[in-house]
Amino acid sequence: MEKRVVFRSAWLPYALVAPQIAITVVFFFWPAAQAVWYSFQLQDAFGLKTQFVGLQNFAALFKDGNYLDSFRVTAVFSALVAFIGIAISLLLAAMADRVLRGALAYKTLLVWPYAVAPAVAGVLWAFLFAPSIGIVTYVLKGFGVDWNWILDGDQAMLLIVIASVWKQISYNFLFFLAGLQSIPRSLIEAAAIDGAGPTRRFWTVVFPLLSPTTFFLLVVNVVYAFFDTFGVIDATTQGGPAQATQILVYKVYHDGVKAADLGSSSAQSVILMFIVIALTVVQFRFIERKVQY
Amino acid sequence: MAAVSLRNVRKSYTSDLQVIHGVSMDIADGEFIVILGPSGCGKSTLLRMVAGLETITAGEITIGDRVVNNLEPKDRDIAMVFQNYALYPHMSVYDNMSYGLRIRGLSKEDISQRVKKAADILELSKFLDRKPRALSGGQRQRVAMGRAIVREPQVFLFDEPLSNLDAKLRVQMRGELQALHRRLGTTSLFVTHDQVEAMTLAQRMIVMNAGRAEQIGAPLEVYAKPATTFVAGFIGSPPMNLIPRDGKLLGIRPEHLEPCGEAEAMLSVQVDLIEPLGADTLVYGHIGDPGGNGGNGGAGARVAARLHASVDARTGRLPLRYDTGNVHWFDPASGKRIEG
Ligand SMILES: Nc1ncnc2c1ncn2[C@@H]1O[C@H](COP(=O)(O)OP(=O)(O)OP(=O)(O)O)[C@@H](O)[C@H]1O
Ligand SMILES: [Mg+2]
Repeated sequence: MEKRVVFRSAWLPYALVAPQIAITVVFFFWPAAQAVWYSFQLQDAFGLKTQFVGLQNFAALFKDGNYLDSFRVTAVFSALVAFIGIAISLLLAAMADRVLRGALAYKTLLVWPYAVAPAVAGVLWAFLFAPSIGIVTYVLKGFGVDWNWILDGDQAMLLIVIASVWKQISYNFLFFLAGLQSIPRSLIEAAAIDGAGPTRRFWTVVFPLLSPTTFFLLVVNVVYAFFDTFGVIDATTQGGPAQATQILVYKVYHDGVKAADLGSSSAQSVILMFIVIALTVVQFRFIERKVQY
Repeated sequence: MAAVSLRNVRKSYTSDLQVIHGVSMDIADGEFIVILGPSGCGKSTLLRMVAGLETITAGEITIGDRVVNNLEPKDRDIAMVFQNYALYPHMSVYDNMSYGLRIRGLSKEDISQRVKKAADILELSKFLDRKPRALSGGQRQRVAMGRAIVREPQVFLFDEPLSNLDAKLRVQMRGELQALHRRLGTTSLFVTHDQVEAMTLAQRMIVMNAGRAEQIGAPLEVYAKPATTFVAGFIGSPPMNLIPRDGKLLGIRPEHLEPCGEAEAMLSVQVDLIEPLGADTLVYGHIGDPGGNGGNGGAGARVAARLHASVDARTGRLPLRYDTGNVHWFDPASGKRIEG
């Protein structure tokens, strides 16, 4: 039954939602509108004169090799973060699901990284992997690996992928564990009686039944890699070396704040806004039809 | 097909919690056995030990001439139907039924032939392409059975497969199960807590109580000669009346009581509840003060009687008589039947 509060006063309900709406307007709609406005303008180097230039900022972006490169970096980065994060957490969840007794301890331990702020996670991993003084660097040297992400773009990418994945695993893990525990035991038993071994059971019964969870996490992880990893990157590579780890959201910040190119930066953030909207639509579409099989 | 035997089978989930206390039974090839008992008595546990889904703490289970204690479920050549059917929700009916056959590496033609045959028997041919969620409860139940029969196993195991169906469908499926067993003749173990299911399906049944087999026998034999007060009280509806008499327990079934004149009365009951069922009427009451010929003891005991609908049942004093040939005696301490 639906429980509904009926207000007799005409203005009271509006007054009650007003603060929420005000916050949304001030902190979301207003800056978003400003970004759209700036994206149509060109500012001189000293910020003294602005000029309306229409879609020129956008046109310039798509001709800019750096920007397109940032797209490629973002695609690689988010694919790696989403895929590795999902694979590792699925593995951990499947193992935790088998040990029922220790499950709570596992859960608690695995949830901790999620509570760590992105920048702190970044600093933590940056220390571990620091060229010449990091402990992992030291161990790697022992294996004959020359580790220096300050110079090597691939290694820098690897570092931010590791730090970002580490932070997101707990979130994925919880969803997978809940998903696994909602699969009736009798299904697994039926498959065992039908003759399927553990591996086959996993791929033919468990994994397909987890596909709604996996898809949901895929979207969430891509969004995470696109936007929430800003702190990780800012605390470690800062987009370098030579833009090897400059994902779109970092480039917005870099161009706008460091290079003070407000028009281009705004245009970039408008593009990002459309990407978020697209991803959100995909996710809502999906949540509407919860069951896939 | 194969015979199954349980020898002194025990199960403990934890070191201090034993739930099956030594059950022994020999099941002949092709027999239909029902395991009957109240909730929590260990029926599912026993069945799952035969299936290989639970380890056997002590004792021995053989299927055919193999001891299966240490065999995986897939190597025991059994098929099981679960209470919630356990159909694979992401697979079509056809894939559900053929899953086990594909794993066993049968040829495509062989699989398709077996599935078609089972689908024919179970009237599922129209639904082979559907997913389980697009089927009714009864149809899902049939798919679960189909998945079991295509495997052509040595033994069928059923864990309360009919308990999620409505009353009418349950009666129908009961009939179909009987027909199926006549046709295939596969050794079957069927768990239920419903005594009507047990009475109608079983060739022999095993009545369990708190992890022990109270009695093993053909349904009518168990009904006619309950081995313990537990069985007497569990089978029959309403259950057998147990009245303390001369330091023993006198058992008499409600249908064996009949109204009579005061002079003949062997029991005198103070009726306080009447349930007219159409064909007959159930009356319940307490045995009143000793009176009448046989009213020597048991005052206060609760008694039920099944009277013909023509009897005008009323609350108040009701003199009853019974045939001494229908009486059972039990030892009040052990609950065991006293013969003679
Ligand atoms: N995995 C388990 N761990 C510990 N105890 C268990 C486990 N499974 C069952 N038991 C206990 O064993 C006893 C028998 O359970 P079982 O499921 O065999 O009962 P049942 O006769 O099938 O009951 P029902 O008719 O309710 O299905 C119960 O007391 C139950 O609590
Ligand atoms: Mg059970």
